[in-house]
Amino acid sequence: MKRLFKCAAAALAMAASPAIAQDLTIVNATLAIGDGSEPIADGVVVIENGKVVYAGARSGISGFETDKVIDAGGNWVTPGMVAAVTDLGLYDVGAVDPSNDAGAAKSRFNAALDFSEAINPASQHVQIGRARGVTRAVVTGNPGGSIFAGQGAVIDTGADPQPITKARAFQFVTLSEEGAKIAGGSRSAAREELRNALREARDFAAGRWQGSDNLLTRADAEALGPVIAGTQKLFVEAHRASDLRAVLALKREFPALDLVLVGASEGWLVAEEIAAAKVPVIAESLQDLPERFEQLAATQSNIGRMRHAGVNVAINAATIQNMHHLAQHAGNLVALNNLPGASGLSWGEALAAVTSAPARIAGFGGKLGVLAPGAAGDVVLWDGDPLEVSSAPLQVFIDGIEQPLDSHQSRLRERYRDLDESDLPKAYDR
Amino acid sequence: MVSVTRVFAGLGSALALAACSATSGGSTDAKSASAATSADDAQKSLPFASTYKAYPGEPTALVGVTVFDGVGGRIDNGTVLLRDGKVVAIGASLSTEGYRVIDGAGKFVTPGVIDIHSHLGDYPTPSVEANSDGNEATDPITPEVWAEHSVWPQDPGFTRALANGGVTSLQILPGSANLMGGRSVTLKNVPARTVQGMKFPGAPYGFKMACGENPKRVYGGKGKMPSTRMGNFAVNRQAWLDAIAFMKDEDRKRDLGKETLAGVLDGDILVHNHCYRADEMALVLDMAKEMGYRVSAFHHAVESYKIGDLLKENEVCSAIWADWYGFKMESYDGIPENAALIHQQGACVIIHSDSDQGIQRLNQEAAKAQAAGRRMGIMIPDAEVVRWFTLNPAKAMGIDGVTGSLEPGKMADVVLWNGSPLSVYSRPEKVWIDGALMYDALDPERRPVSDFELGQPGEGDVK
Repeated sequence: MKRLFKCAAAALAMAASPAIAQDLTIVNATLAIGDGSEPIADGVVVIENGKVVYAGARSGISGFETDKVIDAGGNWVTPGMVAAVTDLGLYDVGAVDPSNDAGAAKSRFNAALDFSEAINPASQHVQIGRARGVTRAVVTGNPGGSIFAGQGAVIDTGADPQPITKARAFQFVTLSEEGAKIAGGSRSAAREELRNALREARDFAAGRWQGSDNLLTRADAEALGPVIAGTQKLFVEAHRASDLRAVLALKREFPALDLVLVGASEGWLVAEEIAAAKVPVIAESLQDLPERFEQLAATQSNIGRMRHAGVNVAINAATIQNMHHLAQHAGNLVALNNLPGASGLSWGEALAAVTSAPARIAGFGGKLGVLAPGAAGDVVLWDGDPLEVSSAPLQVFIDGIEQPLDSHQSRLRERYRDLDESDLPKAYDR
Repeated sequence: MVSVTRVFAGLGSALALAACSATSGGSTDAKSASAATSADDAQKSLPFASTYKAYPGEPTALVGVTVFDGVGGRIDNGTVLLRDGKVVAIGASLSTEGYRVIDGAGKFVTPGVIDIHSHLGDYPTPSVEANSDGNEATDPITPEVWAEHSVWPQDPGFTRALANGGVTSLQILPGSANLMGGRSVTLKNVPARTVQGMKFPGAPYGFKMACGENPKRVYGGKGKMPSTRMGNFAVNRQAWLDAIAFMKDEDRKRDLGKETLAGVLDGDILVHNHCYRADEMALVLDMAKEMGYRVSAFHHAVESYKIGDLLKENEVCSAIWADWYGFKMESYDGIPENAALIHQQGACVIIHSDSDQGIQRLNQEAAKAQAAGRRMGIMIPDAEVVRWFTLNPAKAMGIDGVTGSLEPGKMADVVLWNGSPLSVYSRPEKVWIDGALMYDALDPERRPVSDFELGQPGEGDVK
């Protein structure tokens, strides 16, 4: 049996896996697979060579060989959460500019920017995200000097120097009110910026590009080639119902585009059309106020209504106050089921909205955010219901490797557990 | 012109009486009827006086509920009686004769949620420049501005705070661009056509101050003082000295800013000081001693856990988020155990929002803070945690004599939750303010919709 599992794992090996992972089996778990299904009692997760080889009921396997057995004692086990879209790893302190690589408003380049080059795996935010059960992130900076932010990366939050799961996984562009402002002051300008850029990229790819006649830099035109070809996803931020329809219409002129909608505060108003276009959405979850005119119809039922219309939808981490609140947002969508008139998610769907759904949308369906054979061994053992605000991870594994959960925060907590300075100042308390 | 200070002080003490007079049999001293009458008269003579009136309610009995009373008590399978806008009684077995009975089996009752730190109305949604009225960022010292003059009562955020957050009272503060940002206003979360119609009757004024990064950045960036933390203190101290001189000046003319500072120095206006770092809070406490005023609460006090002893000794509350950190330099040492560690030192914890989203989930934030404490071995009962978003903010806002807990005679500001208020899966099912049912999740007719949202996409949605 062990050999069989190893074959399966090898076939699905991904780039950038760490070298050594201990084989591991978690037993006696309240197991949530992350695929939208409801939890399984007495679940087992078997990990070999950093990959999941089995996750399911104890009764589903006859036996296993492993290096280490962890008895979950009935506690919850889930895939690690996938935060999409976020600037995690791009800053130490948001408001301290030199530590913050999420914006490049004064750069001469835009679409060409490769955020994988700026990721700092030692950022405290990465460490804290990891300790809160976020094991992967779909990362981009913010548009500044152009409607294009640049090329985003899929990363892990592991305590190792190699955070990149996939560099240049997607291009990010905004057609929001902010995009209109960046483009010169009008939605029309933003759309023309986008169309022009895509046309120039098409010309560049076809060898018809003359630098002097074009608005893009060479680097930006080259970077948009995979977008035009549909080999790199195009994440498009938009919120207003009419803007969302305009994004869907882009495929008429550029049929190969592999579109993902981001934000979509009024997505529920366009849910049927989004579902028909088969465009996935990384959507606002609890945003329920008209912060901007493009969000007049914002409601916490946004995701539930889109899901019920058949849209492939994940919770957007970008506008959540702290990225590690993802699970709390998912839990709140479950709470909506008890409010007449509201549309929430089932518990399993809510977990999926922060695990398998964002992973699938980012191009890692079956490989991240789900405990299925062949998926990365990103596993979290929780001290309670993972969507409940009082719960926290007990153990976190990434690619099958157990992760440290300490941080600047945990060290401060231990130092200030008491205020006793009778012998020496706090500075000596380590 | 001695009378200016006298009048001012007089109003302040009258306010305190007014707050007490509304309580009968509550935790605070009862005052005589004559005192209440003069307090009412004083109220009416105030500029921009409250015109709030409670809406009609019916005698209501919530039965079979788990009650968290806000003062640390818990009653399982309890009854809560509301009549004439007041809490009549809570207990395990009370007669419900003459009351409309609501069966609350499996549900929970708490006092109405109170947010001590909100900018609803002065930074409303839509958050467009034309509505951005929270910072008079033209001078670091603006005690003369009053937040109530910026509050737009049609801010849709008030309705979300009610429906999703169970918020019944809230303090609207000026922003933190200025060292002295101006007066706050305390509101009942009842929609009204005017801000006066929302003003909490008898609530003392608050006074917003700010430490640290914001004032020095805003004014340093304009090439004026303060551009450093030492500049912050110098400008503050001089402003206090000027106010003290004003109070002693028998020939003074009216001065709006100095009248506010005099109100603080007289103890009638409560100081709410935005301050992240422990070392700065300690300096502020010494400045307050030097000048002769008290700090009621430090807001955003992410480092309070480093000086819980000092905060207890000075009886200052810490109004905090559960776990925000790292978004600016002075928040870098924020930890999720902050509330539990403050509590462990015996100091006062308040969970605040400073956010039109966070105000909808103060209960969840408190639950997170409780759980972080539990994981480090600090066990705090649910009933105590409920105090963090009910009675403790009421206390720091000077309205604890009349609201913030479910004690007989207090305002019937009450939330019926459809599950434990410390669970992510729970929401307010019904909210009463002064005994009037202002929100009912089961009745779309009991859901306020602001003027702004009428005829627009999503009008009247569950939100």
